[in-house]
Amino acid sequence: MSEDGSTPPERELDRMDVHELGRLGARLDDVEIVDDAPRHEPGSREERRAYRRVAAWFVLTALGAVGFVLVFVLWPWQYTSEGPEQTLRAWFTPMLGITFAISVLSLAVGIVTWSKIITPEDVAVQQRHDGPSPPVAQRTLAARVVELVDQTGLGRSKLLRRTVLAACTAVAGVLTVTVLGTLVRDPWSEGPYSPLLTTGWRSPDGERTYLRVDTGDPHSVTLLRPEDVAAGGMLTVFPFRESMRGDPEALAEMLRAADVPVVIVRFFPGTPVVERVGQEDFHLDGLYAYSKICTHMGCPASLFEQTTLRILCPCHQTEFQANEYARPVFGPGARPLPQLPLRVDERGYLYAPHDFIEPIGPGFWSRDPRG
Amino acid sequence: MTSRGYRPRRLSVTGYVARGAERRFQVAGLLRHQINKVFPWHFSFFWGELALYSFVVLLGSGIVLTLFFVPSLDQVTYQGSYAPTYGLEASRAWVSTMQISVDVHGGLFLRQLHHWAALVFLAAIMLHMARIFFTGAYRAPREINWFLGVVMLVVAIFEGYLGYSMLDDLLSGTGVRIFSGIVLSVPVIGTWVHWMIFQSPFPGEIYVERFFIAHVLLLPGILLALIALHLAVVWYQKHTHFKGPRAREGNVVGNRTLPVFAMHSVAALLGTLGVLGLLAGTAQINPIFHWGPYTPAQVSNGSQPDWYALWLIGSLKLFPPADLSVGGRYTVPGGFWSGVLVPVVLILLLFAWPLIDRLRDSDRELHNVLDRPRDDPGRTAIGAMALTLFGVLTLAGTDDISATVFSILLEALRWTERAAVFVLPPLVFVVTRRLCRRLQRSDRDALAGGIATGLVDQPVEGAYRSVQQPFVGVDPEGGEHAPEYDGARVPKTPTPQRPGGGS
Repeated sequence: MSEDGSTPPERELDRMDVHELGRLGARLDDVEIVDDAPRHEPGSREERRAYRRVAAWFVLTALGAVGFVLVFVLWPWQYTSEGPEQTLRAWFTPMLGITFAISVLSLAVGIVTWSKIITPEDVAVQQRHDGPSPPVAQRTLAARVVELVDQTGLGRSKLLRRTVLAACTAVAGVLTVTVLGTLVRDPWSEGPYSPLLTTGWRSPDGERTYLRVDTGDPHSVTLLRPEDVAAGGMLTVFPFRESMRGDPEALAEMLRAADVPVVIVRFFPGTPVVERVGQEDFHLDGLYAYSKICTHMGCPASLFEQTTLRILCPCHQTEFQANEYARPVFGPGARPLPQLPLRVDERGYLYAPHDFIEPIGPGFWSRDPRG
Repeated sequence: MTSRGYRPRRLSVTGYVARGAERRFQVAGLLRHQINKVFPWHFSFFWGELALYSFVVLLGSGIVLTLFFVPSLDQVTYQGSYAPTYGLEASRAWVSTMQISVDVHGGLFLRQLHHWAALVFLAAIMLHMARIFFTGAYRAPREINWFLGVVMLVVAIFEGYLGYSMLDDLLSGTGVRIFSGIVLSVPVIGTWVHWMIFQSPFPGEIYVERFFIAHVLLLPGILLALIALHLAVVWYQKHTHFKGPRAREGNVVGNRTLPVFAMHSVAALLGTLGVLGLLAGTAQINPIFHWGPYTPAQVSNGSQPDWYALWLIGSLKLFPPADLSVGGRYTVPGGFWSGVLVPVVLILLLFAWPLIDRLRDSDRELHNVLDRPRDDPGRTAIGAMALTLFGVLTLAGTDDISATVFSILLEALRWTERAAVFVLPPLVFVVTRRLCRRLQRSDRDALAGGIATGLVDQPVEGAYRSVQQPFVGVDPEGGEHAPEYDGARVPKTPTPQRPGGGS
């Protein structure tokens, strides 16, 4: 047998045993076995003990699996919010996890133990063959490529090169339009009434838009009077128009629309207030209504701190000064919460005479930076 | 073992199958070569395996979950057995997830297994990436696998985000709202891209269906293809290894595919599955029955995304209000810088690192032997700096919770974090570089002067001196000179000597 890993004649193979053939195979694969000595004397007491140790883990695997199936089948699992069985049922998922882990982890430990105390350590060294291909492979390939460029005419005709490129680009464009084209929708199809610029507070036909409270029943209508809002408190309201009455779909829709939530706050008498220029008449005595949708990323600005009169957004903690036209005084938000104008009708209910005069919520490219 | 020659037996079933396969595919040489392939081992090589096996768990558990989940924003009334939310109006997405959690036998276990596997998947990817970075395993000839890895990281972040965003619970709906805000912030095309995704202003009626199909088909398909490619490249180029007694640039030292490497891999898969199962059973995660269904007018205080998205939230929180007016006609919202530009720049830097690394020195060699982190103080310091920035942003993401828990004024905490973004990374860079150099010196000192034994010796002259155990006998030439540092770990504790055993 030669040292360079070439194959010995078959006659020689006939004389080799399993171990020698294994070594030969390794050598042919450029692998040198450093240590594959058996862990124990075959038939020894140590060897039998090693088998028992590994087998014990596999037995535990089976026991864990039986436990898992028993828990799954027999343990009461249906949810109940009260009663003596509640604790027992609450333990269903944890018991599943525990039996599952016992079963699967003992199999893992068993296999690792097996590899540590029964199979040889099997330390081996394999030669890498980094670096370039043999010169003959490189040269023949390069030559063939050059030849191909010539044979196809790409090397000689500038016209062919350019038109092929143009054709490929055109097909890529066709495929892109096929895929993406179906997805394109025009955000400005409604022109000045685009949903980016208007909200559900805009009345399409001059009908009054009242302030409605969410009572938990999406189909009931409870309107708001100024005296319902306590000083120092904050209330969330939604738009309502009489045409929606009796239309459960429209009523529920308004509570779920993302652009309509408005917070209404009442300041204690004597609280110093700074009005925004051009919006001095939007408030109604001490009542101020702002869009609840944060001008940073659109989370509902849900917290109101009475001592500082700040409205705080729980997502990124922009703080809006409620008594200074809700301008941002801390955090990442850059613009004030838009203010909703308030009026009270002859029956004493609050309504909004018109929509916000600027887009609400997060900013976007074509939003007028002046307001 | 017999001393007689060995021939495959003619009449066994195995022999019959083997001969049949051999006749059709000529497998013998090919198969032997693969089962004789040598894989090196180090504990840090486990992170990549952990990522792979978490992904396997994700695929398995995810397939079962698709049999129950209904990706739809249609509103229905919840009428399942969870009493606190009985009768609530909610989307079918949320109601079906409630059904999986409460009314499907073993469904909660499966859902929590899936979610825990996702969290571990992302953690494993990042640990794996850190290992690759700090040991220089991304260097030639393995740059391609670094690039593939960064792409997979980004896909995995989106995959995880889409997964928990399509349940339409109060927490995830808020997350989608923020995603919508980030998309809108993109200059020029933002509103158009938003309409491509949502078909309308947020939330529209279709995003859950689209998130679902991306989450269960599109992105897993991409991940599967990239993982296959990633592994094929590792298999073909062979694994890197640390310098050791026999380990050189030109070889691989370790265990062959069979039996040891395969046994350890199977055990690692089972270990991953077992630990994830234990977490799934005993550690509650994403309890949507506590969050309730999404409505745009509500949000919980302390709403937090999954951990791997916290750095993005941190960026959104820390960036100062910076809306930009373009020509008095257009707006670039501040969210664009923090929500798009910062992450894109950071990920591009991460992606391009093997190329940036080439600017540091003119090293164009192929590397199969790994560096220890101390071997390249500059690289290790840059990595530590990047991790620090990631850490500060992640902590900033959770700062509303830490402010509450530790009773810190949020505003003060926020300003401290803003300062930390600029102060801590450079500081960590300097400290890490010094630390690496100090460790290098400690290795060189040990090799030159020996290891301190802790024993003190008093020669006849009377002075005390500490006894050093020198490195001798490792030199193959038999010389007595101290060995050079070659990248292998230098032992720092003395070995007991045989009584009367020379030096």
